[in-house]
Amino acid sequence: MDDFVLNVNGAEHLVTASGNETLLSVLRNQFHLTGTKYGCGEGQCGACTVLINGTATRSCLTRGATVHGAQITTIEGLENKGALSPVQQAFLDEEAFQCGYCTSGMILSATALLREHPQPTDQQIVEYMDGNICRCGTYPRIMAAIKRASHLQEKGRADHAS
Amino acid sequence: MQADELTLEIVQPEIRDRLHWFQLDRRDFLKLCGGGLLVCLAGASGSAQESGRGVREHELPQEVSAWIHIDEDDKITIFTGKVEVGQNIRTSLAQLVAEELRVPFNRITMMMGDTDLTPWDMGTFGSRSTPTMGPQLRTMASTARQMLVETAAQRWKADPSTLTATDGCVTNPKNRQSLTYGEITRGEKLTQTVSGDPPLTPASDWKIAGTALPKADGRDFVTGKHQYPSDIMRPNLMFGKVLRAAGFNAALASVDTSAAEKMPAIQIVRDGDFVGVVAEDPSIAEEALSAMQVKWNVPAQISNKELFDYLRNNPDTGGGEPSHTSGSIAQAVAAADVKVEQHYTVQFIAHAPLEPRAAVAEWNGDKLTVWTGTQRPFGVRDELAEAFRIPAAKVRVIMPDMGSGYGGKHSGECAVEAARLAKAARKPVKVVWTREEEFTWAYFRPAGWIEIRSGVLHDGTLVAWEHHNYNSGPSGINTPYNVANQVIQFHPTKSPLRQGSYRGLAATANHFARESHMDELANAIGMDPLEFRLKNLSDPRLRTVLQAAAERFGWGRSKSTPELGFGIAGGTEKGGYVATCVEVEINPATKKMRLRRVVEAWESGAIVNPDGLRNQMMGAVVQAIGGALFEAIQFKDGRILNPYFAEYRVPRFSDTPEIDVVLIDRKDLPSAGAGETGIVGLAPAISNAIFSATGTRLRDMPMAMGRDLKG
Repeated sequence: MDDFVLNVNGAEHLVTASGNETLLSVLRNQFHLTGTKYGCGEGQCGACTVLINGTATRSCLTRGATVHGAQITTIEGLENKGALSPVQQAFLDEEAFQCGYCTSGMILSATALLREHPQPTDQQIVEYMDGNICRCGTYPRIMAAIKRASHLQEKGRADHAS
Repeated sequence: MQADELTLEIVQPEIRDRLHWFQLDRRDFLKLCGGGLLVCLAGASGSAQESGRGVREHELPQEVSAWIHIDEDDKITIFTGKVEVGQNIRTSLAQLVAEELRVPFNRITMMMGDTDLTPWDMGTFGSRSTPTMGPQLRTMASTARQMLVETAAQRWKADPSTLTATDGCVTNPKNRQSLTYGEITRGEKLTQTVSGDPPLTPASDWKIAGTALPKADGRDFVTGKHQYPSDIMRPNLMFGKVLRAAGFNAALASVDTSAAEKMPAIQIVRDGDFVGVVAEDPSIAEEALSAMQVKWNVPAQISNKELFDYLRNNPDTGGGEPSHTSGSIAQAVAAADVKVEQHYTVQFIAHAPLEPRAAVAEWNGDKLTVWTGTQRPFGVRDELAEAFRIPAAKVRVIMPDMGSGYGGKHSGECAVEAARLAKAARKPVKVVWTREEEFTWAYFRPAGWIEIRSGVLHDGTLVAWEHHNYNSGPSGINTPYNVANQVIQFHPTKSPLRQGSYRGLAATANHFARESHMDELANAIGMDPLEFRLKNLSDPRLRTVLQAAAERFGWGRSKSTPELGFGIAGGTEKGGYVATCVEVEINPATKKMRLRRVVEAWESGAIVNPDGLRNQMMGAVVQAIGGALFEAIQFKDGRILNPYFAEYRVPRFSDTPEIDVVLIDRKDLPSAGAGETGIVGLAPAISNAIFSATGTRLRDMPMAMGRDLKG
């Protein structure tokens, strides 16, 4: 067993876990942050996506002990004082989900995408998001939601600047 | 859906083959049953333990109180055994109830799929929720509304016909007296029983139903707050893993658990061929399994290569008479100007719901509670009762809205495993299947071999139609076209893999074969494929969707080229009518293809929620891409060779075309289910589009493994 510190959604936690335990397992089973989902355990579906220092990362392939001290953001950490993030709001507005099981991972991947490309083209969205599976097939709505989130972010920045 | 088909879906024999048959521990027996019962139970055979419950044994309660509760604070709870799996039925059923009760939509809470709280239900499949549970709840709500009016009338000594019910209140317009529903019921049970057919609000008058209301609890899905079955936590929860056989139909030759037993804080559970581990953490349980020395005897079994020979040569019982015959096929074919005879195939495919099977089981004395993802909570309750030889009344199954199913979560294997481990551990146990387990130990959409022989006159009149389906199923097998001479037959066969329901059942395979074949006939006589279909079709609803799709698509406006192909297909099943037009782009040199554009027209009576319906149609088109182009389970000697997303591609962003959904709202017709039939049109439309561009006819699904065209 190893002891290490994880910074999750702005709070530091001392963790005792086996060195092999995945970040996904620590988040879900120790912190009860169940918004991060298991979909495949092979980094192929994106349901377990979290942000590590802002980068979209598959938590099922990341060992908890290796991200000691890094800033980890899960779906539970995106709201700001009860207000949804622009990406969350856009997914809700577009109803860009059916069963919703992929939604956390989609939202975190899209959050990272918009950080890299604030006004993404269709091609950029497809390339960036192709590792995230929505088995219900809601892709066209997710594309629309990402564009909507981009507008919401722009608007937020403009409002903030004025 | 035909009654026999419904029965078939419930009692798929392959699904009823249990993964596990427990001996149970001797002490468990004594504790559960008492010593006196031990002998007779231990002597009973497996089959004698089958519960054998049929639909007829379950009368739906006629008391309003079983379905609706109004508390004194005007909060309304609706009870139904149907479950939410992403099809948005939680929202659309609530809309129908709010409409009949005359209450604001947000007053309604749906209590779904909890076997202790909701009336018995066969399960959520077969596109049955909207056409059966919809009217059931509307009837209850209408009766409740009448009862509320009558109770208020008694209290006021007024004539009930002069009172109005709106916005959750009964009002006397004469003196403006008003009571909320909660003030009328005071939280008491609604004692009324339904009699006769209470009046239902016609769709043309709907104000809440028929509108694009957002998903009731949508916010919980973008914040991660929603608890899926795999998210359920209990005090002192442990995690379980089950040792899997090295192949299907394998026998456990030996298992040495001595190394695993030395690991701290784990418990090994052994019951016949069932071997499981309970630990505080799933990875520790996994390590313990890995530490076991196991030998399995796996019998030699067939592979994909022999699949279709196998299906044609291994008939199962239950076949026999054609489901439909008319006229004389032999004479009609002989007299036809053009005859075509072809066969079509579909492979086994996996549902691959993103949330794999998951269950949390907890024993309190002899009472078992299981939270699990299933489309049949009551069916899983009976499976659990059977597995542990306890009365169904001692089992509660709770189904939190799950990470979907697509027909793939009818069975309760994972629930049974969690319950067996929890029983041994004397603590709550969670079992979540890995992706590999889900790909291997769930069941598959049946593979199938379909033969069609037909005859047509030069003027385009269809005169003969013979359709034989081996194994894939009877759903959607009857042709909607006018043909005087027909033989249509489903041939049940033995299956090399465990198979069962899948969104749309065999309607996908039968439509692929029929609508591809219709295109072949149109081509053989040089007629436009749409014109040929319409010439032989009198069903006005199917004609309407074909014309609507063609119009939106711009059918006939441009001709296919070697680089760009257009295709059309349509059909009807389970009360839904669909037509699909597609545009495919092909590189003639590399044979790479890309699906560029899809127009799907849909009609299923009065629309309950157009936004939810649009989402279902779009999803059906996307899911159909996989089976049409690249999904196929590869198997050999009882093993699945591609049980990972890296090797079994499901549709992704880069596979998704521009999709245009045309909805036709028939407020004059009852609402049919819409979760399934939207999937059937895409594959034949793609096959037809590829033919129109290349002149090559692809008759085997999937048509473009590795996304390169076959042939």
